[in-house]
Amino acid sequence: MRLWQRRAAVLLAAAAGGVLFARPLLGAEAAAPTTPGVKIDGAYADWRNLWLPPDISQHGHNIDGLIYFLHGFMGVLFVGWGVFFVYCLFRFRQRAGQRADYNLVKAKPSKYAEIAVAIIEAVLLLGFSVPIWASVKNDLPTEAQNPLRVRVLAEQFAWNFHYPGKDGKFGRTAPQFVNTASNPVGLDRSDANAKDDIVSGEMHLPVDRPVICDISSKDVIHSFAVPVLRVKQDAIPGMRIPVWFQATKTGSYEIACAQLCGNNHYSMRAVMVVEPKDRFDHWLEEKSKPPEEFEEE
Amino acid sequence: MSSHDHHTQGHGSGAHHELSFWRHYVFSTDHKVIGVQYGITALCFLFLGFCLMMMMRWQLAYPGQPMPVIGKFFGEAAMPGGIMLPEFYNSLGAMHGTIMVFLGVVPLLVGAFGNYVMPLQIGAPDMAFPKLNMASYWVFAVGGIVMLVSFFVPGGAANSGWTSYAPLSVIATMGQTLWLIGMVFLITSSLLGSVNFIVTIIQLRAKGLSMFRLPFFVWAQLVTAFLLLLAFPPLEAAGVMQLMDRVAGTSFFMPEGLVVSGVPSTVAGGGSPLLWQHLFWFLAHPEVYVLILPALGIVAEIIANNTRKPLWGYRPMVYSAIFLGFMSFIVWAHHMFMTGMGPTISTFFATTTMIISIPSVIILTALVISLYRASIRFTVPMLFALAFLPMFAIGGLTGLPLGLPASDIPLHDTYYVIGHFHYVVAPGTIFGIFAGIYYWYPKVTGRKMNDVLGKIHFWLSFVFINMVFGPMFVQGLAGVSRRLYSQVGYAHGEAVQSWTITSSWGAWLLGLAQIFFIVNFFMSMRAGKKVSDNPWEATTLEWAAPSPPPHGNFTTPPVVYRPPYEYSVPGLAKDYFPQHAAAEA
Repeated sequence: MRLWQRRAAVLLAAAAGGVLFARPLLGAEAAAPTTPGVKIDGAYADWRNLWLPPDISQHGHNIDGLIYFLHGFMGVLFVGWGVFFVYCLFRFRQRAGQRADYNLVKAKPSKYAEIAVAIIEAVLLLGFSVPIWASVKNDLPTEAQNPLRVRVLAEQFAWNFHYPGKDGKFGRTAPQFVNTASNPVGLDRSDANAKDDIVSGEMHLPVDRPVICDISSKDVIHSFAVPVLRVKQDAIPGMRIPVWFQATKTGSYEIACAQLCGNNHYSMRAVMVVEPKDRFDHWLEEKSKPPEEFEEE
Repeated sequence: MSSHDHHTQGHGSGAHHELSFWRHYVFSTDHKVIGVQYGITALCFLFLGFCLMMMMRWQLAYPGQPMPVIGKFFGEAAMPGGIMLPEFYNSLGAMHGTIMVFLGVVPLLVGAFGNYVMPLQIGAPDMAFPKLNMASYWVFAVGGIVMLVSFFVPGGAANSGWTSYAPLSVIATMGQTLWLIGMVFLITSSLLGSVNFIVTIIQLRAKGLSMFRLPFFVWAQLVTAFLLLLAFPPLEAAGVMQLMDRVAGTSFFMPEGLVVSGVPSTVAGGGSPLLWQHLFWFLAHPEVYVLILPALGIVAEIIANNTRKPLWGYRPMVYSAIFLGFMSFIVWAHHMFMTGMGPTISTFFATTTMIISIPSVIILTALVISLYRASIRFTVPMLFALAFLPMFAIGGLTGLPLGLPASDIPLHDTYYVIGHFHYVVAPGTIFGIFAGIYYWYPKVTGRKMNDVLGKIHFWLSFVFINMVFGPMFVQGLAGVSRRLYSQVGYAHGEAVQSWTITSSWGAWLLGLAQIFFIVNFFMSMRAGKKVSDNPWEATTLEWAAPSPPPHGNFTTPPVVYRPPYEYSVPGLAKDYFPQHAAAEA
């Protein structure tokens, strides 16, 4: 090693060490309190936060498995490739009286490696990604599975959750009925189907029952993101896009907006409460009061 | 350029009459002056874009706390009491992206390196259309000024992201109108430039310089020029359409039935917000290859020169670059997997995305195998070129989980994406740019930049840039959305807030490290060591011209006898055999 190389190595090690040791000093350990009033589950506050958050969905382990495998695959490629790279840097550095080899090596191994990478990518795509995507997008639960249907209507900067009520039918909605305070989704109160509809700013769901969310937006594009459910779907005005999942663990979780939607994009979050069937039914009961009382809220 | 024709007949620099100051340094038609103009302007914009980001990093690390020192200069509309407002944060975010891509990196790679180096490397006296070249720079400058002015209009600069998704961008404040006008200028500039590049490379090559004797850098510029020529017109059209949506009441991108802030919208409706995304990404994905191909070209030149042996796999690299160019037009919708796309379309775009990774792997592999049995000189440009390889590899590999729709679900629009593409363009492309500046500086000025300062600059940048972008993968996996004014308040955001702080300190330290570059850059103009015309003992044609090259470039028109990287040819006394040398001197 030449002098500057040794110096650079010392510098590199010192900087890396400095970063690790300085983290607490930079205020890195000072965690602030979270959403007031609600204890949010579903985030690791220890070393496990280096990885994906906890998974509370039925389909999530497929996605997580794919991500685990991909990172392993990426790691193998990077390390294998990096070892050769670093070996070359040391082995073939310039030395007095020695020339580079003009002739090019026949690199069969690299050709095989490239073919292997292509095959693995094809398998990952066709064998894993496509089936998972198809089940998430196409295999919506049938009526026999008794899915809960919820309309999710995004707006700057809030989420509205519209439940059909006991009759299982959504009331008619139209833009002219929208009132930000009393009627955020623009429900037509004269429609018979609308009588028992529930609109809430907090999402309540029964555990272990399939849920179909129809996602749309009133104004700009938002994105319905629930990290613990491994669910993400853009909310696009003029389109109503279904997304389905089944939560497997009770608790309070966070819904975030994942698409820049304006000044308060950062605070556009809602709470998702996953609860046992009886408590969910109780919540529905509480919420489905006559419209007059609803408006007084 | 009245004397242009004479130059091609070999009269050289003495043949032209004296030009006035304005024609020589300001409204010049000389590709080298224009290249330097582009370079200086774009480096200033690169620095500005970096400063915007360093301000954002304060808000992210210490949300709601007044910014020390700098905060009080920004007034009540942006930072009351030194505390950044969300609207100002969004402006900074949108303009950081716009400035870095359209006013920093592309003008540097194409406008500066392309303009300065490419004609020299092909042995041409100038570009094919020198006046068009000048027009291209000045249209670019107007676009840049419009973008800068937009910071001072009511409501501040554009704040809908560099992607400007409708309807948000259509209902945004006035800055967005200026953004669109600025973009129309910048796109026009790129179109003028790309036509010029293509004609120059096809028509003005020196005698004997067949296409497969071109340096890889020239091939990269050729493919890039085609990408700019074919991909930018749809965005120019889309930009004008969005401008009409904003100022003329059309609704190309506005659906009916919108209710904004509780008020039903009066727009006619019938448009599609997704149409904008398709038009935007139809440009912006090829744009990714505009950002990376010329950088790969620079790195290939420097690796060949400093390994002292021919590039391994020159032809496969050229074919890969051309294939990348074609494929880059049919992958755009992988940016839109979360827009409600069904399995058929998503499978198509995921397949093309997997296919496009293969030529990138081939180019990267070729560059690494080029190191085998080499004689590696660790010069400053070589350090940056070598660091480019693993950094670009990280950027490429992390594209894999994003390119598969299923694994994209938790990662889409999170910090994972930010980490991924910044590894491609920051320690990737920008390291390529630094490598190019250190490498060609002696050609432009006749002097070398200082080695010690260069090495300090390299090592500090290398460490700190990884400190900036490495933590973003952790944040992204945790599920933190991008473009948040603050992630504090989300339980999953607070769990990884310490990484945000680490990343911010990395950014500020990276900023400090650039002082070594800035000082070196200006100091070396006067105090740098004077060097010969070919200080790196390189083979390509730009080193056959004097340093700095005179108007018209070559004293005698060069003739090319061999491939571009004839290093360490057995039986010769010197370890390099220039393209233009008839026999060993």
